[in-house]
Amino acid sequence: MLTVIGVERVEELFSDIPLHLRLSRLLDLPSPLTEQELTRKMEAIREGNRLPGLCLTGAGAYHHYIPAAVRHLIGRSEFYTAYTPYQAEISQGILQAIYEYQTMVLSLTGMEVTNASMYDGATAMAEACLMAIKMNNLPQIIVSRAVHPEYRKVLMTYAGAYGCEVKEAPFGGDGRTDLRALETLVGKETAVLVIQNPNFFGVLEDLAALCQLKRMKGVLLSVVFTEALSLALLKSPGQMGADLVAGEGQSFGIPLNYGGPYLGILAATRAFLRRMPGRIVGATKDGEGKRGYVLTLQAREQHIRREKATSNICSNETLCALAASIYLSLMGKNLKKLAELNVKRAHYLMKRLSEIKGWGRMFNTPFFNEFVMRTPNSREVMERLQGAGVMGGYPLDGDYPELKGGIIFCVTEMVTRREMDWVVSLLERG
Amino acid sequence: MTDMELIFEKSRPGRSGYDIPSCDVPERPLEELIDLEFLRDELNLPELSELEVVRHYTALSRRNFGVDTGFYPLGSCTMKYNPKINEELVKHPEWEMLHPYNPPQWSQGSLRVMYELRLFLCEIFGMADFSLQPAAGAHGELTGMMICKKYFGRKGERRKRVLVPDTAHGTNPASSALCGFEVATVKSDTDGNISLDHLRQMMTEEVAALLLTNPNTLGLFERNIEEIADIVHVKGGILYGDGANANAFLGWCRPGDLGFDIIQVNLHKTFSTPHGAGGPGSGPVGVAPHLVDFLPVPRVVREGDTYALKDDYPHTIGRVRSFYGNFSVLLRAYAYIRSLGAEGLKKVAAAAVINANYLRARLKPFFDLPYDRFCMHECVFTGRRQLKASGVRTAHMAKRLIDYGFHPPTVYFPLIVPEAIMIEPTETESREVLDRFCEAMISIAREAEEEPEKVKNAPWTTPVKHLDEVLAAREPDVGWQA
Repeated sequence: MLTVIGVERVEELFSDIPLHLRLSRLLDLPSPLTEQELTRKMEAIREGNRLPGLCLTGAGAYHHYIPAAVRHLIGRSEFYTAYTPYQAEISQGILQAIYEYQTMVLSLTGMEVTNASMYDGATAMAEACLMAIKMNNLPQIIVSRAVHPEYRKVLMTYAGAYGCEVKEAPFGGDGRTDLRALETLVGKETAVLVIQNPNFFGVLEDLAALCQLKRMKGVLLSVVFTEALSLALLKSPGQMGADLVAGEGQSFGIPLNYGGPYLGILAATRAFLRRMPGRIVGATKDGEGKRGYVLTLQAREQHIRREKATSNICSNETLCALAASIYLSLMGKNLKKLAELNVKRAHYLMKRLSEIKGWGRMFNTPFFNEFVMRTPNSREVMERLQGAGVMGGYPLDGDYPELKGGIIFCVTEMVTRREMDWVVSLLERG
Repeated sequence: MTDMELIFEKSRPGRSGYDIPSCDVPERPLEELIDLEFLRDELNLPELSELEVVRHYTALSRRNFGVDTGFYPLGSCTMKYNPKINEELVKHPEWEMLHPYNPPQWSQGSLRVMYELRLFLCEIFGMADFSLQPAAGAHGELTGMMICKKYFGRKGERRKRVLVPDTAHGTNPASSALCGFEVATVKSDTDGNISLDHLRQMMTEEVAALLLTNPNTLGLFERNIEEIADIVHVKGGILYGDGANANAFLGWCRPGDLGFDIIQVNLHKTFSTPHGAGGPGSGPVGVAPHLVDFLPVPRVVREGDTYALKDDYPHTIGRVRSFYGNFSVLLRAYAYIRSLGAEGLKKVAAAAVINANYLRARLKPFFDLPYDRFCMHECVFTGRRQLKASGVRTAHMAKRLIDYGFHPPTVYFPLIVPEAIMIEPTETESREVLDRFCEAMISIAREAEEEPEKVKNAPWTTPVKHLDEVLAAREPDVGWQA
């Protein structure tokens, strides 16, 4: 091949790199491993990980069952070894799958437009805020303190870089965003209110009242979710009157993966169509009138509009979106039943934990599959559970000093009654 | 062939592909637990058996083209083979089912992988530190520009502008704009490098950074890199490196040694993690010593024999996503680096560069080269000869390649090359594959001369042809309605 190229040595092809800047040594990396050695090595490293016998933590990442067919199908290498479907004729498979995914997202959220995915729930929320800022041409975002702390931190980072202001609205004694405080915070500069539902404490917000407030004040409302399964049961944000919906789709067939990759979901009313970030798949016709799918509205995107693009997104989380649509196709109407099971089991554990001496519910408000317990000492509780191989809940002391002793527990379909009874007996022992 | 039905059209009431476990807690009506006013009634999801779902997605997969299907020379995207062992390694529950808030003492394996990957990247790219948090290349760029903004903010300098070459990826200006920077473009010279004269003229103390891809998107190494770094640094600016093309120089040179202050690396390109039909990717961002304080949090640290997450860094830009990054992508990249080692990585770059130059040499008689010099990992032709002679456009030739069984190259990019054809073969392809591709390209060049209509009306072999993109954009239909 070098002869065809017309050189004698491969080094000649690197001659544009100034000689003194070329690396004159080998990189200092561990010696190469054969496949067999690598497998051994990774096994050894993996031993440093330990799965809890029981997981009672949600807080933005949920332990749900993943049907075998999901993993099997996303393992089709025609999907996972492909790039973004720029060449529609040989990418109809993923394009149709994403069109179907978008349809499912619209149904779940009750919104009118969506895209092919965002990085995760937190960045979806931040980008939704930027959409609102640009739409209303106002510089301020008001976010409830009952929104996931990490999501709020990501928003601060994005808003700081973009140059807009973020104010936080307090929550009340019922664990819901304090509407009266919110009302006084909204000013002439406010573009959007950001509310999580169910919120970080698992509590269902009063979306009807929030929508009334946003209409009265003439601002936009962005509804955020971290537990996508709740959408199967609860009135959709769209039905309630949200302008933007952003959230995390990990619950739909995506492994916990120590935090990623996950699935950012973003949906909006039709007014936002041409302001959406990222890839959008649209249906169209081919030359013979057959239905087909393409990446559409690309004039919004970075490769065409450059600095005037609606966002910088290029790669997204398509394979996770595919996993979610396969998951939802398998579930069908059973998704609602699964959500119900989550609710019933979570309420069972809440009731049992409330009976423990010194324990009580932090907020007496309807919830989905997460709830906050006030415990005598969250650290002691977590340690005792860890001692028994249980990953307890998410202690609130760090993010919310005013909720000292509070722990968010999450119960999904993965936790059985027997396991819950056992956990309660562990804790009852004092 | 008829339309392929949507999964919703295959739905039949009452079917399901998954059984819900029975309720083992005392049954109470749902309305007693959650007030009716909160509950929805309608949810339109398809109802199918497991087999029907499997057949549907299997049929869709057969309408898709991946690296495993065939040669995928999509320039700038580095569509190399994704070793199967890496897919197997990540499947263990101890990796996959680990909750991000799993206690650190139970997560030492995952933390170790992140910690060591960070060190590997520091060594490979010659940077002082890396953050693994960004979820994609463009996300890494955004993170890099946020660092840049914070750095000048802390120095009390208001620098409002960034520079990008006219060959830059679209993400560079878009990421900069998200940080409130104005974007100005620097011209390329006749050799396909950034024009030093123009850069000198543009680079003022109002400029925060130059975003440079090296090798650039013409596949050419910026041979004046030292002067470029100098011009930027003399004015106190930051030299930002878009690492999308890092496959070209692994083990041969290091951006840190070339003068780059920030660089993002696309693990899904350079380090062989699969692209997933659009994602997930991963875009770690590396920085020079003076910028370490600004990296996102949390960071993975080693304290004695244990690994931990720390977020107590007062000057950090903050978080750029939830949790710690696309962990399972990081894990694949870690395994890839461990399999290859230093010599393997150097061979990757050598083979990638040889393959691209081989294509350049073989196709040169048939297609015009806008910049005729050795290329790095990709080569850029122009289809202007064919356009002039017979009206056949690059887009037509790209579609015609599909009939020959190949994924088309990147076309119409970089923007400064009219009718651009940007071919990146990667190191994992054999000479036989490259020869077959060259024969197809040569055959298409002949067809363009002799039977231009055959090329203009391509593709002929796909289930749909000539999709109406104008219709799609004019009457957007982004979700199915019954």
